Amino acid sequence: MSRVTFIEASGAEHSVDVADGTSLMEAAVSNGVPGIDGDCGGNCACATCHIYVDARWAAKTGEQTEMEHAMLEFAEGVEPTSRLGCQIHMSHALDGLVVRMPAAQH
Amino acid sequence: MATAFKPTEDPLDAARAAAYAMPIEDIDMTDNDLWTSNTHWAYFERLRKEAPVHYCANGRFGPYWSVTKYKDIMQVDTNHGVFSSDAHLGGITARDMDQDFILPMFIAMDPPKHDVQRKAVSPIVAPANLAVLEVLIRERAQKIFNELPINEPFDWVDRVSIELTTQMLATLFDFPWEDRRKLTFWSDTATAGEEVPGNPNKQEREAILLECLMYFTKLWNERVNAPPAGDLISMMAHDPATRNMAPMEYLGNLILLIVGGNDTTRNSITGGLLFLNENPREYQKLRDNPALIETMVPEIVRYQTPLAHMRRTALQDTVLGGQQIKKGDRVIMWYVSGNRDEEVIERPNEFIIDRARPRQHLSFGFGIHRCVGNRLAEMQLKIVWEEILKRWPLIEVLEAPERVPSAFVKGYQKLMVRIPS
Repeated sequence: MSRVTFIEASGAEHSVDVADGTSLMEAAVSNGVPGIDGDCGGNCACATCHIYVDARWAAKTGEQTEMEHAMLEFAEGVEPTSRLGCQIHMSHALDGLVVRMPAAQH
Repeated sequence: MATAFKPTEDPLDAARAAAYAMPIEDIDMTDNDLWTSNTHWAYFERLRKEAPVHYCANGRFGPYWSVTKYKDIMQVDTNHGVFSSDAHLGGITARDMDQDFILPMFIAMDPPKHDVQRKAVSPIVAPANLAVLEVLIRERAQKIFNELPINEPFDWVDRVSIELTTQMLATLFDFPWEDRRKLTFWSDTATAGEEVPGNPNKQEREAILLECLMYFTKLWNERVNAPPAGDLISMMAHDPATRNMAPMEYLGNLILLIVGGNDTTRNSITGGLLFLNENPREYQKLRDNPALIETMVPEIVRYQTPLAHMRRTALQDTVLGGQQIKKGDRVIMWYVSGNRDEEVIERPNEFIIDRARPRQHLSFGFGIHRCVGNRLAEMQLKIVWEEILKRWPLIEVLEAPERVPSAFVKGYQKLMVRIPS
Protein backbone atom coordinates (compact mmCIF):
# COMPACT_ATOMS: atom_id res chain seq x y z
CA MET A 1 0.00 0.00 0.00
CA SER A 2 1.09 3.54 -0.72
CA ARG A 3 -0.45 6.87 0.23
CA VAL A 4 -1.53 9.59 -2.18
CA THR A 5 -3.06 12.93 -1.25
CA PHE A 6 -5.44 14.75 -3.57
CA ILE A 7 -5.92 18.47 -3.00
CA GLU A 8 -9.07 20.02 -4.46
CA ALA A 9 -9.01 23.47 -6.04
CA SER A 10 -10.78 24.67 -2.87
CA GLY A 11 -7.88 23.40 -0.78
CA ALA A 12 -9.70 20.38 0.70
CA GLU A 13 -7.33 17.44 1.11
CA HIS A 14 -8.09 13.74 0.71
CA SER A 15 -5.48 11.12 1.57
CA VAL A 16 -6.04 7.54 0.52
CA ASP A 17 -3.99 4.36 0.82
CA VAL A 18 -4.11 2.16 -2.24
CA ALA A 19 -2.46 -1.01 -3.51
CA ASP A 20 0.61 -0.56 -5.65
CA GLY A 21 -0.30 -0.61 -9.33
CA THR A 22 -3.53 1.33 -8.76
CA SER A 23 -3.83 4.38 -11.00
CA LEU A 24 -4.46 7.76 -9.42
CA MET A 25 -7.78 7.92 -11.26
CA GLU A 26 -8.89 4.59 -9.76
CA ALA A 27 -7.55 5.64 -6.37
CA ALA A 28 -9.77 8.72 -6.41
CA VAL A 29 -12.90 7.20 -7.96
CA SER A 30 -12.96 4.06 -5.82
CA ASN A 31 -12.39 6.04 -2.61
CA GLY A 32 -15.02 8.67 -3.31
CA VAL A 33 -12.55 11.54 -3.75
CA PRO A 34 -14.55 14.27 -5.51
CA GLY A 35 -13.23 16.09 -8.55
CA ILE A 36 -11.99 13.17 -10.65
CA ASP A 37 -14.46 11.83 -13.20
CA GLY A 38 -12.60 9.16 -15.19
CA ASP A 39 -15.37 8.76 -17.77
CA CYS A 40 -13.39 6.44 -20.05
CA GLY A 41 -12.42 4.03 -17.29
CA GLY A 42 -8.68 4.58 -17.58
CA ASN A 43 -8.06 4.45 -21.33
CA CYS A 44 -6.40 7.86 -21.62
CA ALA A 45 -9.34 8.80 -23.80
CA CYS A 46 -11.45 11.48 -22.09
CA ALA A 47 -9.17 13.78 -20.07
CA THR A 48 -11.54 13.88 -17.08
CA CYS A 49 -8.93 12.79 -14.52
CA HIS A 50 -6.78 15.88 -15.01
CA ILE A 51 -4.40 16.59 -12.12
CA TYR A 52 -1.28 18.64 -11.42
CA VAL A 53 1.91 17.00 -10.22
CA ASP A 54 4.33 19.32 -8.45
CA ALA A 55 7.78 19.55 -9.95
CA ARG A 56 9.40 17.79 -7.00
CA TRP A 57 7.41 14.66 -7.78
CA ALA A 58 7.60 14.88 -11.57
CA ALA A 59 10.88 12.98 -11.81
CA LYS A 60 9.24 10.00 -10.12
CA THR A 61 5.88 10.08 -11.90
CA GLY A 62 7.44 10.33 -15.35
CA GLU A 63 6.34 12.43 -18.33
CA GLN A 64 3.16 12.73 -20.37
CA THR A 65 2.81 10.11 -23.08
CA GLU A 66 2.01 11.22 -26.61
CA MET A 67 -1.66 10.24 -26.31
CA GLU A 68 -1.88 11.85 -22.91
CA HIS A 69 -0.50 15.05 -24.35
CA ALA A 70 -3.03 14.89 -27.19
CA MET A 71 -5.93 14.49 -24.74
CA LEU A 72 -4.68 17.24 -22.44
CA GLU A 73 -4.70 19.60 -25.41
CA PHE A 74 -8.45 19.87 -24.87
CA ALA A 75 -8.64 20.02 -21.10
CA GLU A 76 -9.32 23.22 -19.22
CA GLY A 77 -6.55 25.02 -17.30
CA VAL A 78 -3.66 22.93 -18.56
CA GLU A 79 -0.23 23.74 -17.11
CA PRO A 80 3.22 22.24 -17.68
CA THR A 81 2.62 20.10 -14.58
CA SER A 82 -0.66 18.67 -15.94
CA ARG A 83 -1.10 14.90 -16.10
CA LEU A 84 -3.91 12.43 -16.45
CA GLY A 85 -4.44 10.44 -13.27
CA CYS A 86 -5.13 7.23 -15.15
CA GLN A 87 -1.60 7.29 -16.54
CA ILE A 88 0.19 7.38 -13.18
CA HIS A 89 0.27 4.15 -11.20
CA MET A 90 1.08 4.04 -7.52
CA SER A 91 4.24 2.33 -6.31
CA HIS A 92 6.47 2.31 -3.26
CA ALA A 93 8.54 5.05 -4.88
CA LEU A 94 5.45 7.28 -5.05
CA ASP A 95 4.41 6.72 -1.42
CA GLY A 96 3.42 10.13 -0.04
CA LEU A 97 2.63 11.63 -3.45
CA VAL A 98 0.66 14.88 -3.42
CA VAL A 99 -1.34 16.00 -6.45
CA ARG A 100 -3.65 18.96 -6.99
CA MET A 101 -6.90 19.01 -8.95
CA PRO A 102 -8.34 21.65 -11.28
CA ALA A 103 -11.57 23.50 -10.48
CA ALA A 104 -13.47 21.27 -12.92
CA GLN A 105 -12.76 18.43 -15.30
CA HIS A 106 -14.19 20.31 -18.29
CA MET B 1 -48.67 6.06 -11.50
CA ALA B 2 -49.81 4.46 -14.73
CA THR B 3 -49.07 5.58 -18.24
CA ALA B 4 -51.22 5.05 -21.31
CA PHE B 5 -48.39 3.85 -23.46
CA LYS B 6 -47.68 0.12 -23.51
CA PRO B 7 -45.13 -1.21 -25.95
CA THR B 8 -47.04 -4.09 -27.55
CA GLU B 9 -44.03 -6.34 -27.98
CA ASP B 10 -40.35 -6.45 -27.27
CA PRO B 11 -38.85 -5.20 -30.54
CA LEU B 12 -35.69 -7.16 -29.86
CA ASP B 13 -37.56 -10.45 -29.61
CA ALA B 14 -39.58 -9.76 -32.72
CA ALA B 15 -36.50 -8.91 -34.76
CA ARG B 16 -34.34 -11.81 -33.61
CA ALA B 17 -35.85 -14.40 -35.95
CA ALA B 18 -34.98 -12.41 -39.04
CA ALA B 19 -31.64 -11.23 -37.71
CA TYR B 20 -30.37 -14.72 -36.90
CA ALA B 21 -31.78 -16.37 -40.03
CA MET B 22 -30.00 -14.35 -42.70
CA PRO B 23 -26.47 -15.14 -43.93
CA ILE B 24 -24.25 -13.08 -41.67
CA GLU B 25 -22.30 -11.59 -44.57
CA ASP B 26 -25.54 -10.06 -45.87
CA ILE B 27 -26.13 -7.97 -42.77
CA ASP B 28 -25.94 -4.27 -43.67
CA MET B 29 -26.33 -2.04 -40.65
CA THR B 30 -26.49 1.09 -42.80
CA ASP B 31 -29.91 0.03 -44.12
CA ASN B 32 -32.39 2.73 -43.01
CA ASP B 33 -35.18 0.20 -42.50
CA LEU B 34 -33.36 -1.27 -39.51
CA TRP B 35 -33.46 2.18 -37.91
CA THR B 36 -37.03 3.25 -38.64
CA SER B 37 -38.29 -0.15 -37.45
CA ASN B 38 -35.98 -0.11 -34.39
CA THR B 39 -34.90 -3.70 -35.16
CA HIS B 40 -31.16 -3.01 -35.42
CA TRP B 41 -30.69 -4.24 -31.84
CA ALA B 42 -31.13 -7.87 -32.84
CA TYR B 43 -28.62 -7.62 -35.66
CA PHE B 44 -26.04 -5.97 -33.44
CA GLU B 45 -26.61 -8.60 -30.79
CA ARG B 46 -25.78 -11.28 -33.35
CA LEU B 47 -22.74 -9.42 -34.68
CA ARG B 48 -21.32 -8.92 -31.18
CA LYS B 49 -21.62 -12.66 -30.58
CA GLU B 50 -20.63 -14.09 -33.94
CA ALA B 51 -18.64 -11.45 -35.84
CA PRO B 52 -17.67 -8.53 -33.63
CA VAL B 53 -15.56 -7.00 -36.39
CA HIS B 54 -17.74 -7.70 -39.41
CA TYR B 55 -17.22 -7.02 -43.09
CA CYS B 56 -20.12 -5.94 -45.26
CA ALA B 57 -19.11 -6.06 -48.92
CA ASN B 58 -22.30 -4.60 -50.35
CA GLY B 59 -23.25 -1.79 -48.01
CA ARG B 60 -25.63 0.90 -49.10
CA PHE B 61 -22.73 3.38 -49.12
CA GLY B 62 -20.09 0.86 -50.19
CA PRO B 63 -18.09 -1.82 -48.37
CA TYR B 64 -17.23 -1.33 -44.70
CA TRP B 65 -16.21 -2.94 -41.44
CA SER B 66 -18.64 -2.85 -38.53
CA VAL B 67 -17.00 -2.64 -35.09
CA THR B 68 -19.62 -3.59 -32.53
CA LYS B 69 -17.90 -4.37 -29.19
CA TYR B 70 -17.09 -1.70 -26.62
CA LYS B 71 -13.39 -2.46 -26.29
CA ASP B 72 -12.76 -2.70 -30.03
CA ILE B 73 -14.53 0.62 -30.52
CA MET B 74 -12.38 2.16 -27.81
CA GLN B 75 -9.30 0.85 -29.61
CA VAL B 76 -10.31 2.49 -32.90
CA ASP B 77 -11.44 5.73 -31.30
CA THR B 78 -8.17 6.19 -29.39
CA ASN B 79 -5.94 5.38 -32.33
CA HIS B 80 -6.27 8.41 -34.57
CA GLY B 81 -2.84 7.74 -36.07
CA VAL B 82 -4.20 4.63 -37.80
CA PHE B 83 -7.88 5.47 -38.11
CA SER B 84 -8.34 8.81 -39.86
CA SER B 85 -11.30 11.18 -39.74
CA ASP B 86 -10.16 13.17 -42.79
CA ALA B 87 -13.03 14.45 -44.96
CA HIS B 88 -10.95 13.81 -48.07
CA LEU B 89 -10.89 10.10 -47.26
CA GLY B 90 -14.65 10.10 -46.66
CA GLY B 91 -14.97 11.76 -43.26
CA ILE B 92 -16.81 10.55 -40.19
CA THR B 93 -20.05 8.98 -41.43
CA ALA B 94 -20.77 5.73 -43.23
CA ARG B 95 -21.74 7.74 -46.24
CA ASP B 96 -18.67 9.38 -47.78
CA MET B 97 -18.61 13.14 -47.74
CA ASP B 98 -19.30 14.35 -51.30
CA GLN B 99 -15.84 14.91 -52.70
CA ASP B 100 -17.08 17.75 -54.90
CA PHE B 101 -18.73 19.48 -51.91
CA ILE B 102 -16.31 18.98 -49.06
CA LEU B 103 -17.22 20.73 -45.86
CA PRO B 104 -14.01 20.87 -43.84
CA MET B 105 -14.88 20.72 -40.13
CA PHE B 106 -12.62 19.88 -37.25
CA ILE B 107 -14.39 16.61 -36.43
CA ALA B 108 -13.47 15.46 -39.96
CA MET B 109 -9.81 16.47 -39.68
CA ASP B 110 -6.75 14.81 -38.23
CA PRO B 111 -4.12 16.54 -36.08
CA PRO B 112 -2.56 19.05 -36.16
CA LYS B 113 -5.25 21.17 -37.87
CA HIS B 114 -8.02 19.47 -35.90
CA ASP B 115 -6.40 20.48 -32.63
CA VAL B 116 -6.09 24.20 -33.30
CA GLN B 117 -9.60 24.57 -34.71
CA ARG B 118 -11.19 22.62 -31.89
CA LYS B 119 -9.38 24.77 -29.38
CA ALA B 120 -10.84 27.89 -30.96
CA VAL B 121 -14.39 26.92 -30.03
CA SER B 122 -13.93 24.82 -26.89
CA PRO B 123 -13.86 27.80 -24.44
CA ILE B 124 -17.61 28.24 -24.99
CA VAL B 125 -18.19 25.05 -23.00
CA ALA B 126 -15.58 25.77 -20.32
CA PRO B 127 -16.90 25.50 -16.75
CA ALA B 128 -17.19 29.25 -16.17
CA ASN B 129 -19.20 29.73 -19.33
CA LEU B 130 -21.42 26.75 -18.58
CA ALA B 131 -22.44 28.44 -15.34
CA VAL B 132 -23.53 31.51 -17.32
CA LEU B 133 -25.40 29.40 -19.86
CA GLU B 134 -27.17 27.42 -17.16
CA VAL B 135 -29.13 30.48 -16.04
CA LEU B 136 -30.20 31.31 -19.58
CA ILE B 137 -31.13 27.74 -20.47
CA ARG B 138 -33.21 27.34 -17.34
CA GLU B 139 -35.16 30.53 -17.97
CA ARG B 140 -35.92 29.46 -21.49
CA ALA B 141 -36.86 25.94 -20.51
CA GLN B 142 -39.23 27.31 -17.87
CA LYS B 143 -40.95 29.46 -20.46
CA ILE B 144 -41.35 26.53 -22.85
CA PHE B 145 -42.77 24.30 -20.13
CA ASN B 146 -45.12 26.96 -18.79
CA GLU B 147 -46.73 27.28 -22.21
CA LEU B 148 -47.37 23.57 -22.80
CA PRO B 149 -50.99 22.46 -23.17
CA ILE B 150 -52.50 20.43 -20.35
CA ASN B 151 -54.67 17.38 -20.92
CA GLU B 152 -54.44 17.48 -24.68
CA PRO B 153 -52.15 15.55 -27.02
CA PHE B 154 -49.14 17.34 -28.51
CA ASP B 155 -45.87 16.46 -30.22
CA TRP B 156 -43.08 16.51 -27.66
CA VAL B 157 -40.41 16.56 -30.37
CA ASP B 158 -41.63 19.80 -31.88
CA ARG B 159 -42.89 21.63 -28.80
CA VAL B 160 -40.08 20.74 -26.41
CA SER B 161 -37.07 18.92 -27.83
CA ILE B 162 -36.61 20.96 -30.99
CA GLU B 163 -37.63 24.25 -29.45
CA LEU B 164 -35.31 23.92 -26.49
CA THR B 165 -32.23 22.82 -28.43
CA THR B 166 -32.83 25.42 -31.10
CA GLN B 167 -33.05 28.18 -28.51
CA MET B 168 -29.84 26.86 -26.99
CA LEU B 169 -28.05 26.99 -30.32
CA ALA B 170 -29.35 30.46 -31.08
CA THR B 171 -27.91 31.51 -27.73
CA LEU B 172 -24.50 29.97 -28.43
CA PHE B 173 -24.29 31.68 -31.83
CA ASP B 174 -26.04 34.86 -30.66
CA PHE B 175 -28.25 34.16 -33.65
CA PRO B 176 -31.23 36.40 -34.58
CA TRP B 177 -33.97 35.05 -32.33
CA GLU B 178 -36.92 35.22 -34.72
CA ASP B 179 -34.98 33.27 -37.35
CA ARG B 180 -33.85 30.51 -35.01
CA ARG B 181 -35.81 27.68 -36.67
CA LYS B 182 -33.54 28.16 -39.66
CA LEU B 183 -30.91 26.47 -37.50
CA THR B 184 -33.17 23.44 -37.12
CA PHE B 185 -33.79 23.37 -40.85
CA TRP B 186 -30.09 23.59 -41.72
CA SER B 187 -29.21 20.93 -39.17
CA ASP B 188 -31.83 18.56 -40.55
CA THR B 189 -30.75 19.29 -44.11
CA ALA B 190 -27.11 18.62 -43.33
CA THR B 191 -27.80 15.12 -42.04
CA ALA B 192 -30.72 14.17 -44.31
CA GLY B 193 -29.97 11.25 -46.62
CA GLU B 194 -30.55 12.19 -50.25
CA GLU B 195 -31.91 8.72 -50.94
CA VAL B 196 -34.86 9.15 -48.58
CA PRO B 197 -38.07 10.22 -50.36
CA GLY B 198 -39.07 13.72 -49.39
CA ASN B 199 -35.54 14.80 -48.48
CA PRO B 200 -33.73 17.41 -50.62
CA ASN B 201 -31.66 15.98 -53.46
CA LYS B 202 -27.95 16.70 -53.77
CA GLN B 203 -28.42 19.94 -55.68
CA GLU B 204 -31.15 21.22 -53.37
CA ARG B 205 -29.18 20.24 -50.32
CA GLU B 206 -26.10 22.13 -51.48
CA ALA B 207 -28.21 25.19 -52.30
CA ILE B 208 -29.74 25.17 -48.80
CA LEU B 209 -26.36 24.82 -47.14
CA LEU B 210 -24.98 27.69 -49.20
CA GLU B 211 -27.90 29.83 -48.00
CA CYS B 212 -26.80 28.89 -44.50
CA LEU B 213 -23.30 30.06 -45.35
CA MET B 214 -24.57 33.38 -46.71
CA TYR B 215 -26.62 34.01 -43.62
CA PHE B 216 -23.72 33.25 -41.32
CA THR B 217 -21.30 35.26 -43.45
CA LYS B 218 -23.39 38.34 -42.71
CA LEU B 219 -23.12 37.58 -39.00
CA TRP B 220 -19.37 36.95 -39.32
CA ASN B 221 -18.85 40.29 -41.00
CA GLU B 222 -20.71 42.07 -38.21
CA ARG B 223 -18.76 40.34 -35.47
CA VAL B 224 -15.29 40.45 -37.00
CA ASN B 225 -15.57 44.24 -36.99
CA ALA B 226 -16.85 44.36 -33.42
CA PRO B 227 -14.90 43.70 -30.21
CA PRO B 228 -14.51 39.98 -29.33
CA ALA B 229 -17.60 38.55 -27.65
CA GLY B 230 -18.55 35.23 -26.05
CA ASP B 231 -20.57 33.74 -28.91
CA LEU B 232 -19.23 31.05 -31.23
CA ILE B 233 -19.15 33.23 -34.34
CA SER B 234 -17.22 35.97 -32.63
CA MET B 235 -14.85 33.40 -31.15
CA MET B 236 -14.09 31.96 -34.58
CA ALA B 237 -13.86 35.40 -36.19
CA HIS B 238 -11.25 36.55 -33.67
CA ASP B 239 -9.20 33.40 -33.01
CA PRO B 240 -5.97 33.25 -35.04
CA ALA B 241 -6.60 29.55 -35.75
CA THR B 242 -9.95 30.17 -37.40
CA ARG B 243 -10.17 33.81 -38.45
CA ASN B 244 -8.76 33.13 -41.91
CA MET B 245 -10.91 30.10 -42.68
CA ALA B 246 -12.07 29.70 -46.25
CA PRO B 247 -15.85 30.06 -46.69
CA MET B 248 -16.44 26.31 -47.04
CA GLU B 249 -14.40 25.69 -43.94
CA TYR B 250 -16.50 28.21 -42.05
CA LEU B 251 -19.62 26.46 -43.35
CA GLY B 252 -18.24 23.06 -42.39
CA ASN B 253 -17.50 24.06 -38.83
CA LEU B 254 -20.88 25.77 -38.53
CA ILE B 255 -22.64 22.62 -39.66
CA LEU B 256 -20.62 20.63 -37.16
CA LEU B 257 -21.60 22.91 -34.31
CA ILE B 258 -25.24 23.12 -35.42
CA VAL B 259 -25.67 19.37 -35.83
CA GLY B 260 -23.57 18.62 -32.76
CA GLY B 261 -25.62 20.93 -30.58
CA ASN B 262 -28.99 20.19 -32.09
CA ASP B 263 -29.83 16.67 -33.23
CA THR B 264 -28.08 14.99 -30.37
CA THR B 265 -29.58 16.78 -27.41
CA ARG B 266 -32.95 16.95 -29.14
CA ASN B 267 -33.15 13.19 -29.43
CA SER B 268 -31.91 12.62 -25.90
CA ILE B 269 -34.63 14.91 -24.57
CA THR B 270 -37.23 12.87 -26.45
CA GLY B 271 -35.60 9.55 -25.64
CA GLY B 272 -35.57 10.20 -21.90
CA LEU B 273 -39.32 10.69 -21.78
CA LEU B 274 -39.90 7.61 -23.89
CA PHE B 275 -37.63 5.43 -21.71
CA LEU B 276 -39.33 6.52 -18.50
CA ASN B 277 -42.70 5.62 -19.99
CA GLU B 278 -41.38 2.26 -21.11
CA ASN B 279 -39.96 1.67 -17.63
CA PRO B 280 -42.60 2.81 -15.11
CA ARG B 281 -40.59 1.51 -12.17
CA GLU B 282 -37.71 3.79 -13.09
CA TYR B 283 -40.14 6.70 -13.49
CA GLN B 284 -41.40 5.98 -9.97
CA LYS B 285 -37.83 5.86 -8.63
CA LEU B 286 -37.24 9.26 -10.16
CA ARG B 287 -40.42 10.75 -8.67
CA ASP B 288 -39.46 9.35 -5.28
CA ASN B 289 -35.96 10.74 -5.51
CA PRO B 290 -35.38 13.57 -8.00
CA ALA B 291 -31.70 13.63 -7.01
CA LEU B 292 -31.36 10.62 -9.33
CA ILE B 293 -31.46 13.08 -12.25
CA GLU B 294 -27.69 13.27 -11.80
CA THR B 295 -27.15 9.63 -12.77
CA MET B 296 -30.20 9.38 -15.02
CA VAL B 297 -28.88 11.96 -17.46
CA PRO B 298 -25.81 10.01 -18.59
CA GLU B 299 -27.94 6.84 -18.62
CA ILE B 300 -30.34 8.55 -21.05
CA VAL B 301 -27.39 9.49 -23.25
CA ARG B 302 -26.12 5.90 -23.20
CA TYR B 303 -29.49 4.34 -23.79
CA GLN B 304 -30.37 6.74 -26.59
CA THR B 305 -26.95 6.95 -28.29
CA PRO B 306 -28.15 9.88 -30.42
CA LEU B 307 -25.41 9.38 -32.98
CA ALA B 308 -25.43 5.68 -33.79
CA HIS B 309 -21.96 5.60 -35.27
CA MET B 310 -18.77 7.38 -36.24
CA ARG B 311 -16.67 6.27 -39.16
CA ARG B 312 -12.92 6.21 -39.73
CA THR B 313 -10.71 5.29 -42.67
CA ALA B 314 -7.67 3.06 -42.13
CA LEU B 315 -4.40 4.81 -43.01
CA GLN B 316 -2.46 1.54 -43.00
CA ASP B 317 -2.99 -2.21 -42.82
CA THR B 318 -3.85 -3.20 -39.28
CA VAL B 319 -5.44 -6.00 -37.25
CA LEU B 320 -8.57 -5.39 -35.22
CA GLY B 321 -10.46 -8.05 -33.32
CA GLY B 322 -8.54 -10.70 -35.28
CA GLN B 323 -9.59 -9.24 -38.64
CA GLN B 324 -7.15 -7.92 -41.23
CA ILE B 325 -8.10 -4.32 -42.03
CA LYS B 326 -6.53 -2.95 -45.21
CA LYS B 327 -5.28 0.55 -45.81
CA GLY B 328 -8.18 2.61 -47.19
CA ASP B 329 -10.90 0.47 -45.62
CA ARG B 330 -13.95 2.16 -44.16
CA VAL B 331 -14.34 1.30 -40.48
CA ILE B 332 -17.60 2.05 -38.65
CA MET B 333 -17.68 2.24 -34.86
CA TRP B 334 -21.24 1.43 -33.83
CA TYR B 335 -21.49 3.31 -30.54
CA VAL B 336 -25.09 2.17 -30.29
CA SER B 337 -23.92 -1.46 -30.21
CA GLY B 338 -20.93 -0.92 -27.91
CA ASN B 339 -23.32 0.72 -25.45
CA ARG B 340 -25.18 -2.61 -25.21
CA ASP B 341 -22.07 -4.77 -24.80
CA GLU B 342 -22.65 -6.96 -21.75
CA GLU B 343 -18.91 -7.57 -21.36
CA VAL B 344 -18.49 -3.97 -20.22
CA ILE B 345 -21.93 -2.76 -19.14
CA GLU B 346 -24.02 -4.72 -16.69
CA ARG B 347 -27.57 -5.49 -17.88
CA PRO B 348 -26.95 -3.28 -20.88
CA ASN B 349 -30.41 -3.62 -22.43
CA GLU B 350 -32.06 -2.20 -19.34
CA PHE B 351 -32.67 1.46 -18.64
CA ILE B 352 -31.48 1.94 -15.05
CA ILE B 353 -31.41 5.48 -13.73
CA ASP B 354 -29.12 4.84 -10.77
CA ARG B 355 -26.15 3.02 -12.27
CA ALA B 356 -22.89 3.11 -10.33
CA ARG B 357 -20.78 4.41 -13.23
CA PRO B 358 -23.32 5.92 -15.63
CA ARG B 359 -20.77 7.83 -17.68
CA GLN B 360 -19.17 4.63 -18.86
CA HIS B 361 -20.70 4.77 -22.33
CA LEU B 362 -19.58 5.50 -25.86
CA SER B 363 -22.19 8.05 -26.92
CA PHE B 364 -19.76 10.98 -26.81
CA GLY B 365 -16.94 9.02 -28.39
CA PHE B 366 -13.49 8.76 -26.84
CA GLY B 367 -10.07 10.08 -27.82
CA ILE B 368 -9.28 13.40 -29.44
CA HIS B 369 -12.67 13.67 -31.18
CA ARG B 370 -14.67 13.18 -28.00
CA CYS B 371 -17.72 15.43 -28.01
CA VAL B 372 -16.67 18.94 -27.07
CA GLY B 373 -20.15 19.75 -25.76
CA ASN B 374 -20.73 16.71 -23.56
CA ARG B 375 -21.06 18.59 -20.29
CA LEU B 376 -23.31 21.18 -21.93
CA ALA B 377 -25.53 18.40 -23.24
CA GLU B 378 -25.74 16.86 -19.78
CA MET B 379 -26.53 20.21 -18.28
CA GLN B 380 -29.40 20.79 -20.69
CA LEU B 381 -30.89 17.39 -19.92
CA LYS B 382 -30.49 17.99 -16.20
CA ILE B 383 -32.36 21.28 -16.42
CA VAL B 384 -35.11 19.71 -18.53
CA TRP B 385 -35.78 17.01 -15.96
CA GLU B 386 -35.49 19.30 -12.95
CA GLU B 387 -38.05 21.65 -14.45
CA ILE B 388 -40.36 18.80 -15.51
CA LEU B 389 -40.36 17.19 -12.07
CA LYS B 390 -41.12 20.53 -10.42
CA ARG B 391 -44.29 20.73 -12.48
CA TRP B 392 -45.70 17.30 -13.27
CA PRO B 393 -45.39 13.83 -11.78
CA LEU B 394 -46.19 12.25 -15.13
CA ILE B 395 -46.08 13.03 -18.81
CA GLU B 396 -47.75 10.26 -20.75
CA VAL B 397 -46.46 8.94 -24.04
CA LEU B 398 -49.53 8.14 -26.13
CA GLU B 399 -48.15 6.08 -28.97
CA ALA B 400 -44.93 4.67 -30.38
CA PRO B 401 -42.58 7.33 -31.77
CA GLU B 402 -41.78 7.96 -35.42
CA ARG B 403 -38.08 7.37 -35.94
CA VAL B 404 -35.58 9.16 -38.19
CA PRO B 405 -34.67 7.12 -41.30
CA SER B 406 -30.92 7.26 -40.71
CA ALA B 407 -28.15 4.98 -39.53
CA PHE B 408 -26.30 8.06 -38.26
CA VAL B 409 -28.78 10.30 -36.47
CA LYS B 410 -30.63 7.92 -34.18
CA GLY B 411 -33.66 9.94 -33.31
CA TYR B 412 -37.33 10.75 -33.38
CA GLN B 413 -39.49 12.72 -35.75
CA LYS B 414 -42.58 12.66 -33.60
CA LEU B 415 -43.62 11.60 -30.10
CA MET B 416 -47.21 12.29 -29.11
CA VAL B 417 -47.70 12.91 -25.40
CA ARG B 418 -50.21 14.30 -22.92
CA ILE B 419 -49.76 15.97 -19.59
CA PRO B 420 -52.63 14.80 -17.34
CA SER B 421 -54.50 17.62 -15.58
